Amino acid sequence: MNRLEQSFELLNENDGKAFVPYLMAGDGGLECLVDRLLLLEKFGATAIEVGVPFSDPVADGPIIQNAGIRALKSRTTLKGIITELAKARELVTIPIILMTYLNPIYAYGIGAFVQDIQNAGVDGCIIPDLPIEEEDMLVPQLAEAQIELIRLVTPATPLERIKQIAGRGKGFLYMVTVKGITGTRNLFQHDLNQFLRAVKELSPIPVLAGFGISSQEQINELTKYCDGVVVGSRIVELFEKNNLSEMEILMSIFNKNHK
Amino acid sequence: MKTYTLPNEKGHFGMFGGRFVPETLMKAILELEQEYENAKKDFNFHTEKDRLLKEYVGRETPLYLAENLSKYAGGANIYLKREDLNHTGAHKINNAIGQALLAVRMGKRKIVAETGAGQHGVATATVCALLNLDCIIFMGEEDIKRQALNVFRMELLGATVVSVSSGSATLKDAVNEALRYWVANVDDTHYLLGSVMGPHPFPTMVRDFQSVIGKETKEEFILRNGCLPDAIVACIGGGSNAMGIFYPFIKDKSVSLYGVEAAGQGIDTNFHAASLTKGKPGVLHGSLMYLLQNDDGQIQEAHSISAGLDYPGVGPEHSYLKDSSRAKYYAITDDEALESFQLLSRLEGIIPALESAHAIAFAVKLASEMEETQNIVVCLSGRGDKDVDAVKTRMEKGKENESFGTIL
Repeated sequence: MNRLEQSFELLNENDGKAFVPYLMAGDGGLECLVDRLLLLEKFGATAIEVGVPFSDPVADGPIIQNAGIRALKSRTTLKGIITELAKARELVTIPIILMTYLNPIYAYGIGAFVQDIQNAGVDGCIIPDLPIEEEDMLVPQLAEAQIELIRLVTPATPLERIKQIAGRGKGFLYMVTVKGITGTRNLFQHDLNQFLRAVKELSPIPVLAGFGISSQEQINELTKYCDGVVVGSRIVELFEKNNLSEMEILMSIFNKNHK
Repeated sequence: MKTYTLPNEKGHFGMFGGRFVPETLMKAILELEQEYENAKKDFNFHTEKDRLLKEYVGRETPLYLAENLSKYAGGANIYLKREDLNHTGAHKINNAIGQALLAVRMGKRKIVAETGAGQHGVATATVCALLNLDCIIFMGEEDIKRQALNVFRMELLGATVVSVSSGSATLKDAVNEALRYWVANVDDTHYLLGSVMGPHPFPTMVRDFQSVIGKETKEEFILRNGCLPDAIVACIGGGSNAMGIFYPFIKDKSVSLYGVEAAGQGIDTNFHAASLTKGKPGVLHGSLMYLLQNDDGQIQEAHSISAGLDYPGVGPEHSYLKDSSRAKYYAITDDEALESFQLLSRLEGIIPALESAHAIAFAVKLASEMEETQNIVVCLSGRGDKDVDAVKTRMEKGKENESFGTIL
């Protein structure tokens, strides 16, 4: 059982919900990555999603796009990120999930990538432009290294396909809450709850909601129907504004509820 | 090559192609594939498409023996397949009509598209006006400056043109924004992709819609000469006019196929768009293809005087044809293209699009190395009206620099 499965088992035993923050590696300089990961762990993160900057992030909204541009301007590379994650692994105990578009992996070389992230103690990967139809190019190697591929389903995914996708994973299922790109939103579609319930019912693994989540109210509402949330753009924004107290408050949501 | 049946059922051309898109788009892409398969077998779909191509677009287009240009080159005969004579002035409308009819079949009344030079945007806006569809076009800020007249044309036709200022503010970034828009509006919107790129089934579907160019060329050439041409030449940005004219000839081994990329300021500078000549395989915009990228897999900005060739990738089927050596790919610089732009205007009274001028430049070189008994067909993919302004500015700048004794 890898770190991801262990975390969710523990959470389940305590009847808790998962809070998975996302940060863009290299935003603010790669040298602050380890400290930021430690901070997120201290604030109560269940796991951390570490974004790899890419020149053409088609699934991302302006906040993450701009964070990626800043990271690339400070010469962040996938290799540099993996080196920092290896250092972080000696200090950070929670699971680390790498979120990257496919091309940086492809350019790195799939074999070398899997080996290097395994050595760095990475527990999972999210690759937003790798649908199940194409995943054979990577999944066998990841499985061998006991690294989970975290798959996404969206409100545009038919139920039969959701079942098919959920059945493949062991970590958690990433349920995109909107038909759209990442970024904070005030309102969700009115029939979202129904969709969340359906996904939760179909999935044999924990279900985390993500995209557009920025407030405690939203989190409280969504986690009635699923096992936790991924918060990206809002965390990226708070890091950029250096508003750590706001971040701590946002992330304390489940500590209050479930202590 | 006796048989050629690519792509396979997953949309792969050898190692290239595929469907590398966010999950939100998978349902739409799978539906599109199914609907396209149904339409291909539907007699009524073809009848309607062919009627519009004939009555509205003005097909078939002439195959013109350019005697003055051939004499100038001093070798093989150069024929021009006159796609510039299509309604809207380029080959792009062949595909726009096919896909718009498909969108109507699927009950999607909203169309989103990207455009570089504006030719695909104009073709899309035109067909949307004809079929009464809502139309939104994403175009790079830089291209909007270079192609102001085409922006006005699209607006005149009722389309909304959205300026894209991210990245290099050219075609690549317009595709990013069009994809993001599609992700958010996938239920009622069809993405009318303009080239043989993107996720399966786009590269195949666009090739099929454009292959009318090659089919007509082949029939007409055989009718007039009783044989096949020795070589086909076409310019390549994403590669749709080239794939359209190549495809019906792929199995004819005696016909050499030449794709001409934009070398910009030179392929050994950082300012070119020669993905096949200088790129390596990678994944962008839904497809595995040759890509201009750095060692870390970050996509590099492409550069060409021609907005339509200014793209860091190239269709997956071209990537496959390069690796299998069935087609050969060369690059032509901005300066060479400019020279051919003027050459064809003076010698034949035909002002070519800057994109097509790349193909002309290469064809002249190629013809001079071939026998007088041999024949080349160049796909003259578009007319040059849209480029006259930019060429004028560039030529005046060139003269200024000459008078100051500056070497560019």
